[in-house]
Amino acid sequence: MTTARAAAIVLTKELRMEFRARELLSTTVVFALVVVVLFSFAFDPTAGESRRYGPGLLWIAFLFAGSLMLNPSFAREQSNQTLDALRMAPVSPFAILLGKMLANLIFLGVAEVILVPVFAVLYNISIGGIVGRLALVLVLGTLGLVVTGTVFSAVAAHARMRELLLPLLLLPLLAPLLIAAVEATASLFAEQPALDRAWLAFLGGFDIVFLTASWLLADFLLEE
Amino acid sequence: MSGTLSTPVASRAGTPPSSAMPSAFSLGVSFDRVEKRFGSLLALRGVSLDISAGEFVALLGPNGAGKTTLLRIAAVLSTPTSGQVAFTANESGEAPRGLIGMVGHSTLLYDELTAAENLTFFAQLYDLQDIPARVTQALESCGLASRAGSIVRTFSRGMRQRLAIARALLHGPRLLLLDEPAAGLDRQGLAWFGETLARLRDSGTTVVMSTHARNESLDLATRAISLAGGRVDRDSGPGGDPRPLLAALRSEA
Repeated sequence: MTTARAAAIVLTKELRMEFRARELLSTTVVFALVVVVLFSFAFDPTAGESRRYGPGLLWIAFLFAGSLMLNPSFAREQSNQTLDALRMAPVSPFAILLGKMLANLIFLGVAEVILVPVFAVLYNISIGGIVGRLALVLVLGTLGLVVTGTVFSAVAAHARMRELLLPLLLLPLLAPLLIAAVEATASLFAEQPALDRAWLAFLGGFDIVFLTASWLLADFLLEE
Repeated sequence: MSGTLSTPVASRAGTPPSSAMPSAFSLGVSFDRVEKRFGSLLALRGVSLDISAGEFVALLGPNGAGKTTLLRIAAVLSTPTSGQVAFTANESGEAPRGLIGMVGHSTLLYDELTAAENLTFFAQLYDLQDIPARVTQALESCGLASRAGSIVRTFSRGMRQRLAIARALLHGPRLLLLDEPAAGLDRQGLAWFGETLARLRDSGTTVVMSTHARNESLDLATRAISLAGGRVDRDSGPGGDPRPLLAALRSEA
């Protein structure tokens, strides 16, 4: 079986489980909304301040929401040792990782689709003319967050303190991604929006490097 | 040291249950001085065993003897700290992944999915043909056809165990590893399980079953191996009569 087909099977299973339980998505969306709304009330930013600090706030909300969402990705395979069943199946370990990455990308993407318009209203930022370019930055940034987060979810799944371990491992590693995503988003929120291609290229490079690393290390990552 | 020991047997009354002719795709497994360490704990201490294709092995021993560890190594879920594990496939030459079925302490099922969705998911992963028919047949076989659309979380322990066994058998494994498989099964479930094991033995599937000495399904075994302290304690040997050793272990239990 091809990796793509096996990943699609895992992805379908993940989506079915999530849309039945509605645990990850609802908690992530609510958490990210609370962060954005609280910051809005706490600082009551002007238009200029929103343009300056908004991108950072938006990506910190995504980052925290992502670390909350990504933790159960492999942790919930532990309850009935279903990861053992996945590992015994004749599919590549990377296909299992890839299926989960795609599912997490969809979950976080849905959360962002809900969150960004709310953010735009609360912080008085017009996103009408930059939707396409903003979507590109969001996809590249979210992909990097999801790839590294899913990998570290697999690493942390065997640990006793996995809820604490994942953010501790993940957040420092994602600092370069956060900087690049914030800078790329800030260039779009400026009075004269222009996509910063250097930061965009950095995001793409980050994604490729970590996706390749997860492909190379997949066997090791899913070991006991 | 060699872990394969002759068993001092008290009697050899009656005819031993015969090993079925291994099917063309039966899978054997051999362990050569296998050790497994968890931190400071040495769970397996130089286990050497040859389990031939088509054997039905009863794996017995007290808690902590190393049965589960040995089964997990055979399932390629755990790697030995030292020693070698080799699989012998008759004619097929296929790699073991996908040829092994396992029923473990946990059900290996998703509680949030229905019984049919669980089986369908694993059937897809194993790239089986005619999946709806196979899933229906598996559910009918384990007596859960009427609950096919029910979420597994709502099942009783026994129903989950029956579904776990059905899941392990779904892809027609050549080597079936069973770790306390009868746990939670009621009388009806035990009868179904016994019939299933008998059919597997007759078809030549290699079965290694870890269980307690009083399990009635042990009568199907063609070989009995007792582990103690991470070592092979007693072994009725391939082709030997397992019943004296089983009787001895039952009396000790």
